[in-house]
Amino acid sequence: MRHIISILIENESGALSRVAGLFSARGYNIESLTVAPTEDPSLSRMTILTSGSDEVLEQITKQLNKLIDVVKVVDLSEAAHVERELMLIKVRATGKDREEMKRMADIFRGRIIDVTEATYVIELTGAGAKLDSFIAGIDAGLILETVRTGVCGIGRGDRILKV
Amino acid sequence: MMISGAEIVIRCLQEEKVDCVFGYPGGSVLHIYDALFKQDQVKHILVRHEQAAVHAADAFSRSSQKVGVALVTSGPGVTNTVTGIATAYMDSIPMVVLTGQVPSFYIGQDAFQECDTVGITRPCVKHNFLVKDVKDLALTIKKAFHIAATGRPGPVVVDIPKDITAQMCEFEYPKSIQMRSYNPVVKGHLGQIKKAVQILKEAKRPIIYTGGGVILSDAAQKLTELAHKLNFPVTNTLMGLGGYPATDRQFVGMLGMHGTFEANNAMHYSDVILAIGARFDDRVIGNPEHFGEEKRRVIHIDIDPSSISKRVKVDVPIVGNVNDVLDEILKLMDADFKTDPDVANWWKQIDEWRSRDSLRYTQSEHIMPQFVMEKLYEVTNGEAFVTSDVGQHQMFAAQYYKFDKPRRWINSGGLGTMGVGLPYGMGVLMAHPDAQVACVTGEGSIQMCIQELSTCKQYGFPIKIINLNNGMLGMVRQWQEMFYSKRYSQSYVTSLPDFVKLAEAYGHVGMKIEKPEDVEPALRKAFTEHKNDLVFMDFIIDPGANVFPMVAAGKGLTEMILAEDL
Repeated sequence: MRHIISILIENESGALSRVAGLFSARGYNIESLTVAPTEDPSLSRMTILTSGSDEVLEQITKQLNKLIDVVKVVDLSEAAHVERELMLIKVRATGKDREEMKRMADIFRGRIIDVTEATYVIELTGAGAKLDSFIAGIDAGLILETVRTGVCGIGRGDRILKV
Repeated sequence: MMISGAEIVIRCLQEEKVDCVFGYPGGSVLHIYDALFKQDQVKHILVRHEQAAVHAADAFSRSSQKVGVALVTSGPGVTNTVTGIATAYMDSIPMVVLTGQVPSFYIGQDAFQECDTVGITRPCVKHNFLVKDVKDLALTIKKAFHIAATGRPGPVVVDIPKDITAQMCEFEYPKSIQMRSYNPVVKGHLGQIKKAVQILKEAKRPIIYTGGGVILSDAAQKLTELAHKLNFPVTNTLMGLGGYPATDRQFVGMLGMHGTFEANNAMHYSDVILAIGARFDDRVIGNPEHFGEEKRRVIHIDIDPSSISKRVKVDVPIVGNVNDVLDEILKLMDADFKTDPDVANWWKQIDEWRSRDSLRYTQSEHIMPQFVMEKLYEVTNGEAFVTSDVGQHQMFAAQYYKFDKPRRWINSGGLGTMGVGLPYGMGVLMAHPDAQVACVTGEGSIQMCIQELSTCKQYGFPIKIINLNNGMLGMVRQWQEMFYSKRYSQSYVTSLPDFVKLAEAYGHVGMKIEKPEDVEPALRKAFTEHKNDLVFMDFIIDPGANVFPMVAAGKGLTEMILAEDL
């Protein structure tokens, strides 16, 4: 099962390596990991996309809570939440492909943020699956480079992760 | 008044009432050693290898409940401590390890004796710190002691760059500490505790299974009270020995891979397990699938939520400090609490298992290691602190030395570190200077920290070393005999030193004992005539002696191999 774990962690050097080290030492998956300081600069918020059985997920949350720097842990996917991922994709945009790329970006509500004679950089946000289908939808030979942030997510409505 | 970082370190130790530190000096900690020199409140024990400093601090803590402290220099000083830190981590021992670091402006430049201490130790500490500002030093050390000793205890490393120890700063030691990210639970959930009491009432084939948590939370007395009230059988893990008096009728012995026949059967066929401060590890329950075949209800008390339902599914989890939770349970068990009448039948069954006498062994013309342990128990009236190394001798000590009190059995259970026995003896003696200390070891293990014989001479540690010498790495040989068709690959130790001469070379007393009838007199002599000497007793034992009962790896708890089967 796919799970999104949100972590509030003290914004200290080495905090990331404690979390990453825990996952590798105990053999848990990390499919993606994003981290940045929150509105309170002493805290960072980390989002980890992982997978595993219920037992494994129970251990992951317990083990994360055990880390001294971790303030709070929530499994976002347990209840209503929204998730987004950002992708920047550089594509070849020449001849008839130039028009086609523009059209595809529009369909996916992407934005072209860099233009040269031969290339576009398209910015796209959405759930991971949407970004995957964009990639699947264009000619693979035209993709020059992609970069993705990994998932970040937040609970809906009253679900708030705060100290 | 401004004082140096080095002086702050020492002042912090004084504030924490630390009266001894085990360590080894070097470049990065010279300022700290200078500050240490200028006072006499904190005593320093100079070891011969940093690994031993950490083991000794660890045993100081195991035997006394106080936080052990080690002090080492950067680079190799730190890497040498890693085994000791990991050993303490696996057994949840509260300890603070202060490590020197190269000056902060050299960090990351591959300076002389630099290593990434925080990175190297991270997977085997409860927490670690790199101090970056002298203003944070006192608070960091306060945090280190707080984290080490509270919740599920564990080792904490504080890495201090040399320039920080030279800088001047006002000293103020924080009285208390608040950390938003660290608030361990102490009291158990009352609803869960009530549920547990109800289940205990209904239990027909109960067992109380306890581990190191009982000892760490000083709950031995409460456990005994509870067990007597319930009239349930009690089994201990290797780490839990002494948590319940071994000479009590309700004690069925240690369980697990080398547990007694009655303990393993009672655990397997129980309908209710009251697990207290234990973690159902692989050496305890054997094959988890086999263990899961029996239907039973499990109540699990542990301060660490991640230990609950990790390997065995638990019906009533109670997160909290064992001592506090047992207190609550006792309060909830009203005066007319009655154990189910069927428990009497369960005791009949247990006594039948007990009558197999699974620890029986056959004497031979050689000295049997079990016999040495029995005699050690007699000669010391069961009152000694017994440290052990790792291997067959460790199991013999655990099986045959009946510990009635907690904190008397000092061994590396989780990590299984050979070489701990001798430095453990040093740590125990710093906590209990007048105690009888026996180090049960083998000719393999003792050589892993043998250099500490020199430290023992310097400080006059009168440890009695019980070397069960079979010329073999006994436990390795036992497995090779049983599971590798007697292909004794690298388990035979040749070129052993003359241990008597070796002990004498270090200025100690050496004895070689080769006949069964000489065992007791030698032990008596060591503990009376040589009370104040370190005595190295080299017992030449039966090379074929094996540890039984035994649950082979991957087998179920009840699939024991008994000595009588062979």
